[in-house]
Amino acid sequence: MPIIEDHTITADTFLSGIWKENPVFVMLLGMCPVLAVTNSVINALAMGLATTFVLLCSSTLVSLLRNFIPKEVRIATYIVIIATFVTITDYVIQAISLELYNALGAFIQLIVANCMILGRAEAYASKNRLLKTLTNSLGMGIGFTIALLSLGIVRELLGNGSLLGFSMFGEAFQPWVVMILPPGGFIVLGAWLLLFNWIKERNAALTLANERGTS
Amino acid sequence: MSPDSVSFIFLNAFLINNFVLAMFLGLCPFLGVSGKLNTAWSMGLATSFVMLISSLSAFFINELLVYFQIEFLRLICYIAVIASAVQLVEMTMKKFSPTLFRALGIFLPLITTNCAILGLALFQTFKEYDFAQSLAYSTGAGAGFILAIVLMAGLREKLELADLPNTSKGAAISLMLAGILSLIFMGFAGLGS
Repeated sequence: MPIIEDHTITADTFLSGIWKENPVFVMLLGMCPVLAVTNSVINALAMGLATTFVLLCSSTLVSLLRNFIPKEVRIATYIVIIATFVTITDYVIQAISLELYNALGAFIQLIVANCMILGRAEAYASKNRLLKTLTNSLGMGIGFTIALLSLGIVRELLGNGSLLGFSMFGEAFQPWVVMILPPGGFIVLGAWLLLFNWIKERNAALTLANERGTS
Repeated sequence: MSPDSVSFIFLNAFLINNFVLAMFLGLCPFLGVSGKLNTAWSMGLATSFVMLISSLSAFFINELLVYFQIEFLRLICYIAVIASAVQLVEMTMKKFSPTLFRALGIFLPLITTNCAILGLALFQTFKEYDFAQSLAYSTGAGAGFILAIVLMAGLREKLELADLPNTSKGAAISLMLAGILSLIFMGFAGLGS
């Protein structure tokens, strides 16, 4: 049976990963690195870029090979492809900055187990042409990085009183140490989700009020 | 207790550095399957069983890799072993308990992408544990995972009856709960020193 493919690339292909289907805030995928490495902005940025790189490379390869991979062993194939690119990233980061490598620790290698990347390979790259897959993956990667940054900024600002290592509040600021520690990660992400729920609810209420007003 | 003793390693993985609540590993099943107490319990058991198998295999594989000096293949080997272990658990469960198999649904194959298991294998390699230490580390981590997911499921079952504002329903309140649980687990920090 031929698979009907829709090749048109719209702005939505790119933008869906950033807002409507944001991997972290909407789909709750790949949570482990999101919470574990966002205790400072620089770690969050590095993790976001590394994940985006692996996502782009692996979905390129999966998309190119989508007609050759037997259906029965597809998950195993995707995992091996992802693991290859993660190994490359791991060695590259180690070569560029040993300090960053030590700060991120095992979490670079744990990108393999990031369900967002496998999910993209399974749900998107295996069904779409190269260009469309790339556009979508880029959007997803950027969305993931934005989510990591939005957590990293809040946690570093409150937990350390600094941003990218520069002190922001002066000497008198008493840092909220709990924000850098594990509980802070859960609580900040929970607070972001609350905020998004609130915005969504308010928008729905506004549209409802407008409809009533016009009719 | 010395930090290298088997009992301390077990305690460390179980409570002090709990895999879920202090090291953020295995959050997908922790948030996804913790809705009901008995599914959470069996998910915890399945995960810790896979942890035990893959940790032991990872130990021997690492010996081999170091012997042949091909450590760069470590990640690929580990993930392949984990995927096969998960397949084994899945087939066993399908044969002996089809109800449970259906209840766990998509989360059973997803144990493969559970970072707690890969994390366990990687951490024990980085820390250069010997065989007994690896065994203690993996049982501790498995027990810790069960503890965390069962606690969370118990809390969420109570939450069903609570009167919540609509805005905070779903993932947001679960994350807040996890944050509070994690705060409680920080109290174990000085234990055993």
